[in-house]
Amino acid sequence: MELFVQQLLNGLTIGSVYSLVALGLTLVYGILHIPNFAHGALYMMGGYVTLTAMSQAGLPYGLAIVVSMVAVGLLGVLMERLVFYPLRDAPPLHDKIAAIGILLFLEAFAQFVWGADYQTMPTPYGNVITVFGLTLTVQRILIIASTVVIMILLYLFLKKTFIGASIIAMAQNREGANLVGINTNKVAMMTFLLSGGLAALAASLASPINLVFPGMGHLVILKAFVIIILGGMGSIPGAIVGGYILGFSESLGATYVSNDYKDIIAFAILVIILTVKPNGLFAKEGH
Amino acid sequence: MAVFEKRRLWLAVLAAFALAFPLLVTNGYYLHMMTISFIWMIAVYGLNLFAGYTGYLSLAHAGFFAVGAYMLGILTVKAGLPFWWAFILSCALTSLLGLVVGLVALRTKEHFFAIYTLCVGYILYLVIDKWDSLTGGVRGFIGIPAPSDIGPLSFQTPVAQYYFVLVFLFAVMFVMYRLVYSLTGRTYIAIRNSEELALTLGISTMKNKLASFVLSVFFTSLAGALYASFIRFLGPDIAYVTVMFDFLTYLLVGGIGTLAGPVVGTLLITFLSQQLQFLQDYRMLIFGPVLTLLIIFYPHGIAGGFIRYQAKRAEARRLEQKANRAAAELAASRQGRGERHVKEG
Repeated sequence: MELFVQQLLNGLTIGSVYSLVALGLTLVYGILHIPNFAHGALYMMGGYVTLTAMSQAGLPYGLAIVVSMVAVGLLGVLMERLVFYPLRDAPPLHDKIAAIGILLFLEAFAQFVWGADYQTMPTPYGNVITVFGLTLTVQRILIIASTVVIMILLYLFLKKTFIGASIIAMAQNREGANLVGINTNKVAMMTFLLSGGLAALAASLASPINLVFPGMGHLVILKAFVIIILGGMGSIPGAIVGGYILGFSESLGATYVSNDYKDIIAFAILVIILTVKPNGLFAKEGH
Repeated sequence: MAVFEKRRLWLAVLAAFALAFPLLVTNGYYLHMMTISFIWMIAVYGLNLFAGYTGYLSLAHAGFFAVGAYMLGILTVKAGLPFWWAFILSCALTSLLGLVVGLVALRTKEHFFAIYTLCVGYILYLVIDKWDSLTGGVRGFIGIPAPSDIGPLSFQTPVAQYYFVLVFLFAVMFVMYRLVYSLTGRTYIAIRNSEELALTLGISTMKNKLASFVLSVFFTSLAGALYASFIRFLGPDIAYVTVMFDFLTYLLVGGIGTLAGPVVGTLLITFLSQQLQFLQDYRMLIFGPVLTLLIIFYPHGIAGGFIRYQAKRAEARRLEQKANRAAAELAASRQGRGERHVKEG
């Protein structure tokens, strides 16, 4: 029983990270209908920028995360301006290939600047505490708590502010949003900023537990795709719920099925879902 | 007609060059590079058939390439089958796997298809990487035999292996050529251009997409089997996404949806990679942006761009001729009228 609860907690931690990544991905998909394969590279850059800000500039962990969120958010905006904006009228095949090109470039760039080694990110929250007989590190609590805070903030931003509402409006209907005078360019840039920031936050939170290396985004991005298909492409609550579902099934699967094949679980879920419902769960009708 | 004849001539020259290459270049390293790029070309033709002509981006093809290669290794080394049986079986079994994947994957469209196949590719990679007892896992798979002799033909020397691969490349190119200019090929292009329209015309898109997918997997697995028999050592990284991206780069640089594209792109990029060898792992610093810039500014690739240029020139010539004819007619009619005027006057 204790093992089970421990695994649930693990699932909650992993799920939080997945949810944050999937949120960024689903926001971009909702607005621009691009499956942004380069999102994993943004995640990876987030990890490196935080690490560099801590080790080179000597910033404290919290401040380093903020720096990283801004930097990677701006990188996302740059990506939108330079690549996805010129491709807005191109066939869908082109966006995907361009995104793959960016992914390759950023990975090679990270390897060039920071080397191919696996690096650890020291954190002030590594100490272990015991709650109700469960041992967990403060870092894990931090991950879970800050994810919840960010999600609430994001919800308030999208529902209560004008910019947030215009993001949602554009996700619902691009032409319609344009007609009522929403600057779609600005909204697209805003979305990429948010998406990059969320990816950087996720990476910075997860890195002290995992490691920082150029390929760290690969699996995460693939799983984020699984999540947004699970939760409905472009759906924000779907991304959150899907992230936690995947987190739980992985941590339980790793314990009770096989640790070696735990990464396959996500893809098996996806294959099953798409086999039964080719447009994903919760597909919008008539779309 | 003249254009067609000229193209035939070009093809003959290129084929002759490919045939004479081992005689012209005695450097073993270049021969090796050429053979390996022929193998990539076959795989890229597989990808081209499905992404270029049928319009679906499959990201599982590196996985199928690896399955074809590993299948040959397993069938010859672990099952002890004779080489040729293993060769045929490995292509057949991989195509069968392609059929099963295609049956499910092709129910999805566009983005979903790309993501689905990306995940299939990753599953194939993970299975190869983790299934130690069968594939050797990260340590790799060794001891794959070279093709066994057929009568007097032996495939032991590098030159013989070069011709061995070249024969398959010619065969694949021939099949692709016949296919693209056939009704079936036109059907695929119709599906690429508009699936709804194709459906309205009474084309069974599912059946056609499936056939195209399986054939495309077949080409890719053939390349995999050739790779296994040529390199004779396999690691799980041949199933990894980077190989997939290499295929995509070759295809895009050459020209997606063109017959010459895979050859042009593969040769050019392999050659450039050789020149950029000092960059090693950082070559993607250049190829990544190249891929992205290409898709933004020059999405048709070299072969595609050339075809468009020719078409544009032909169109310009046609227009010019038309204009000339019209001008001549106008002049003639004016003259006629002028003569009438004279008469009347």
